[in-house]
Amino acid sequence: MLSKALYWFPQRFAKMSRLFPYIARYPRPMVFGMIALVLTKAASVLTPQVLRLTIDDLTVGVTVQKLAFYASAIIALAVFGGFFRFWMRRLLIGVSRRVEYDLRGDYFEHLQTLSSSFYQRWRTGDLMSRAANDIGAVRMVVGPGIMYPAETLIVLIGALGFMFAISWKLTLIALAVLPLVSYAVKKFGSAIHKRFMAIQEKMSDISALTQENLSGMRVVKAYAQEDHQRRLFAGENEDYFARIMGLVKIAGAFNPLLALLIGIGTALVLWWGGAMVVREEITLGELVAFFAYLNLLSWPMIALGWVVNIYQRGAASMKRLTAVLDEEPVLRDGPERFEAPVSGRIEFRDVSFSYTGNGNGARVLRDIDLVIEPGQTVAFVGRTGSGKSTLTRLVARLYDVTDGAILVDGHDVRRLSLKALRSAVGFVPQESFLFSESVGENIAFGRAEASDNQIAEAAALAGLDGDISDFPESYATMVGERGITLSGGQRQRATIARALLVDPPILILDDVLSAVDTETEERILFQLASVMKSRTTLLVSHRISTVKGADQICVLDEGQIVERGTHEHLIEQEGLYASLHEKQLLEEELDRI
Amino acid sequence: MLHEEQTLGKVYDARLMRRLLAYLAPYKMRVVVSFALVLAASALKLVGPILTKIVIDDYIAVGNLSGLNTIAAIYVLALVLQFVVSYFQIYIMNMAGQRVLADMRAEIFSHLQKLQSSFFDRNPVGRLVTRVTTDVDALNELFTSGVVTIFGDIFMLLGIMGVLVYLDFRLALVTFAVLPALFVVTMIFKRRVRIVYRKVRTRVAMLNAFIQENIVGMQVVQLFGQEERKFGQYSELNRQHTEANIESILHYSIFYPVVEVLSAVAIGLIVWYGGGQLLLGTLTLGGLVAFIQYSEKFFRPISDLSEKFNILQGAMASSERIFKLLDTEVEIRTPANIGIIVGPGRDDGSLRFDNVSFAYEGEDWVLKDVDLTVRPGETVAVVGHTGAGKSTLTSLLMRLYDVQKGQVLVGDVDVRDWDLKKLRRQFGMVLQDVHLFSGTIASNIRLGDETISNEAIVEAALVVNLNEWVATLPRGLDEEVAERGASMSAGQKQLVSFARALVHDPKILILDEATSSVDTHTEILVREALERLLENRTSLVIAHRLSTIQRADRIVVLHKGRVREVGTHQELLAERGIYYKLYQLQYKDQEIETPA
Repeated sequence: MLSKALYWFPQRFAKMSRLFPYIARYPRPMVFGMIALVLTKAASVLTPQVLRLTIDDLTVGVTVQKLAFYASAIIALAVFGGFFRFWMRRLLIGVSRRVEYDLRGDYFEHLQTLSSSFYQRWRTGDLMSRAANDIGAVRMVVGPGIMYPAETLIVLIGALGFMFAISWKLTLIALAVLPLVSYAVKKFGSAIHKRFMAIQEKMSDISALTQENLSGMRVVKAYAQEDHQRRLFAGENEDYFARIMGLVKIAGAFNPLLALLIGIGTALVLWWGGAMVVREEITLGELVAFFAYLNLLSWPMIALGWVVNIYQRGAASMKRLTAVLDEEPVLRDGPERFEAPVSGRIEFRDVSFSYTGNGNGARVLRDIDLVIEPGQTVAFVGRTGSGKSTLTRLVARLYDVTDGAILVDGHDVRRLSLKALRSAVGFVPQESFLFSESVGENIAFGRAEASDNQIAEAAALAGLDGDISDFPESYATMVGERGITLSGGQRQRATIARALLVDPPILILDDVLSAVDTETEERILFQLASVMKSRTTLLVSHRISTVKGADQICVLDEGQIVERGTHEHLIEQEGLYASLHEKQLLEEELDRI
Repeated sequence: MLHEEQTLGKVYDARLMRRLLAYLAPYKMRVVVSFALVLAASALKLVGPILTKIVIDDYIAVGNLSGLNTIAAIYVLALVLQFVVSYFQIYIMNMAGQRVLADMRAEIFSHLQKLQSSFFDRNPVGRLVTRVTTDVDALNELFTSGVVTIFGDIFMLLGIMGVLVYLDFRLALVTFAVLPALFVVTMIFKRRVRIVYRKVRTRVAMLNAFIQENIVGMQVVQLFGQEERKFGQYSELNRQHTEANIESILHYSIFYPVVEVLSAVAIGLIVWYGGGQLLLGTLTLGGLVAFIQYSEKFFRPISDLSEKFNILQGAMASSERIFKLLDTEVEIRTPANIGIIVGPGRDDGSLRFDNVSFAYEGEDWVLKDVDLTVRPGETVAVVGHTGAGKSTLTSLLMRLYDVQKGQVLVGDVDVRDWDLKKLRRQFGMVLQDVHLFSGTIASNIRLGDETISNEAIVEAALVVNLNEWVATLPRGLDEEVAERGASMSAGQKQLVSFARALVHDPKILILDEATSSVDTHTEILVREALERLLENRTSLVIAHRLSTIQRADRIVVLHKGRVREVGTHQELLAERGIYYKLYQLQYKDQEIETPA
């Protein structure tokens, strides 16, 4: 049992080698914490010795002064032990909190390096639960997971040493139950683990059933399936109850059984040790000290099960964290920088793309060849899913091309430093995401040092200034859950202002005015005309009216550019663009009715 | 989304606690028995030191070895008894506590079944699932160990005090001298920890909200190259969180040693004063040893108190969220005075919208003054541009929402006067987006209605042209639907939902045609199946297929929430109004594409 415990924890710990460098950053608190641990446990182990002296003196007769001395010794030992116990907790648990801090930092920093394709594969909730729960579980291994086994070890060495000194025979008798304890821990441990897993499984069934039921609520209601669903749930719920009672049936016996076995050890000492005192092989004081040592040993034994649990959870959590931390950033930073200033020439060379990246998946873009001269405005239109948004995302290098290359100012975007590329590209994505900060801070997101005037100017260009002056605290109004809810159109315009403030040589607007009506859109685009004139602009839109004025319009269909030219030119061709245009006119007419 | 999860519940709230404990009422007997057992276990824990006293005073002191065996045997017996009692106490308390948790889960689930669609529009599914799983789980310890062990601990403390007083009244009083100090220290600790715990919770909430927001908005952060700035903000929150935790370590680091010192003071007092008593002959050596052993037992439950405190805090926050959900009112329910309505002949399958206006929120009218009648057996196609309010019409028929103005009548009875179940049973609904439950294809067609025979399912599968595909599956209709139909094509899913509607043989069919394109072969299968499904029943079809529209008895054109045109395909085309434009926009292409 002993050897096993001594071996089990280091072995488990070794499996979490990822943690070592984190702990190694704090050698001083770790070492001093351990020293404090040894000292506080030394005090605990010495106290029964004072008791032994007291009782032995009392049996032969003693002065009150000597009693007072013993009493003071006991208190002094406690104060000494308490002082170091304070430092033990502060230092050792403190290290675990610092490791947690570092882990949290690394986790977040790593998330920042991962690209859009990663965020497409991983759900936010999943990433969140790793940050919220798993880091905490790993922390427990570093804190209590180191402190408690170390305490146990020191107490064990100290207490056993003194016990053997008193009587090796009595020690062996007291420890006679240990093999049983070891056996019980092992047997129960694996049985509990097995049943626990079965319970977890059932819980995920319940969770899945609920999820399915709630997301299909319309069907449930339409087919009056509520009672049937209730019965299904009750079935799983009762099964869960039965499984948990199955666990209780054995787990409930674990702690009482440990208490029983340890108690039997005490009873054996009482029985055999009592006789030894009578036979004068040991003194009464020694017997009392013996009891005190057994008492000292009992708690770490009981806590052992808890610590085992910490390790099991910690190992599972470490694995889940590692899965994220080992995700390689797909987009490697390139070495090249622009020879300032950026002119904004963009070239697509035979570009193909699939989201799976290996060419096996469906090609979203195929053989795109396109040159955009500095200062041009190029519009991309096409049906939903034609690949027009994807094409612009590649310019900002949110994804890497599968085949071919994209060049900005003659540099392959993959050879450019991400920072240089992205500061040259102002990308306004479809989903208008704002942070829970003030409107002003959101607009100044890419240029925190911008003046109020500059912010107001950008807002005016995006047609948002009127709205903002109506907000309760103007530019200081908070956005999101802690503030006001912006309409879809307001959000979109805020994201445009955010991009304009950075004043990038290349501007990409990915269908960013879908949530405003046609009139507002045209008004904003009119305002933006001056901005667009002075830089390369890529414009994705589902409205033909928006793109009419572009220098070049590319019509995409199933990932290919099927038509290109000016508005007038494309209308004459009577192709896909012309039919899209016709439909748009119809829709507008419908809208007016 | 996170903020509700992170609400800082009160540490202790008597109202919540009473409501929680009320769940134990049906299992009163179990709780009472468990309570009795916990008292017995606590009493048995007191036996050891007494026996030690007897051994020392009555046997060792006089050199009597014969009685030692008996005492040891009694000790072992007490231990075995304690084991048995503790085990049954734990088991029986779990029989009550786990039952309560199961009841709560069932209650929450059941309540969710009753809630109206508008509730689900506001609350994301993931959050609701948490109520059933994680939040109920957080109450586990409260119900299975918390409540009872706290009483067990208190009883043991009282028991120890009683025994000490019995052993030596004066020494007991001297020993108790540390109690006021212990009490004060514990109170201060409790208050400090409560404050710091709140701080930790607030900061955890802020930290998590920040991570969440940044994961969702990572693309924006990266596009604007703001990683460093955001990391700086994050580090600040992270630092504050760590600081609060380190502060809480400080309180624990002080509390435990202080309790230890107080415990040593008690033992010191026993040694000093008790030793003196012993010298005077008023206390035996065994008595002194027993005193020391009891005082060791005395301080452990007090150290444990802080753990119990944490359990309580977690339970309060979760139960607050659970009760908030359970207190959400069921707005759409069967009226109380149901007896008078819906006699025979009322469920003839006629539908009528009588001057209906409806808004999901406020004054944002989705439907305005809609008048529409569908006669029994008639097929009416509803067409309109996106956002015209077509789907809303069908939701109102089934009373998924209540109208603000006017009346929706089914079988000439206002839907609000119908028994909800009877009302909905008249409908068969096929949605654009087919929801499949885990289970087999057959169970997805049957949907829990055990009165539907296997033959009927096979028959339905045949009628809706599902058999061709099913025949290729190794287990036919008993094939499991993997991942809610992830491996099935849109067409296959549609056919399954057709079969589902068909076996339930509804009086009224509501069909929201899928817009997703299917291959020509499947298109023919679907069209045929649809043809058969529409036969002999009242149907309201939100049509996307030209063929469906052409086949309808009447076409209703919904535009911006109003019924603007009604008539047959040819009539409406001739009108050259909205329908004509819609036709050109949405259906004209199908004429060329679709085979004759």
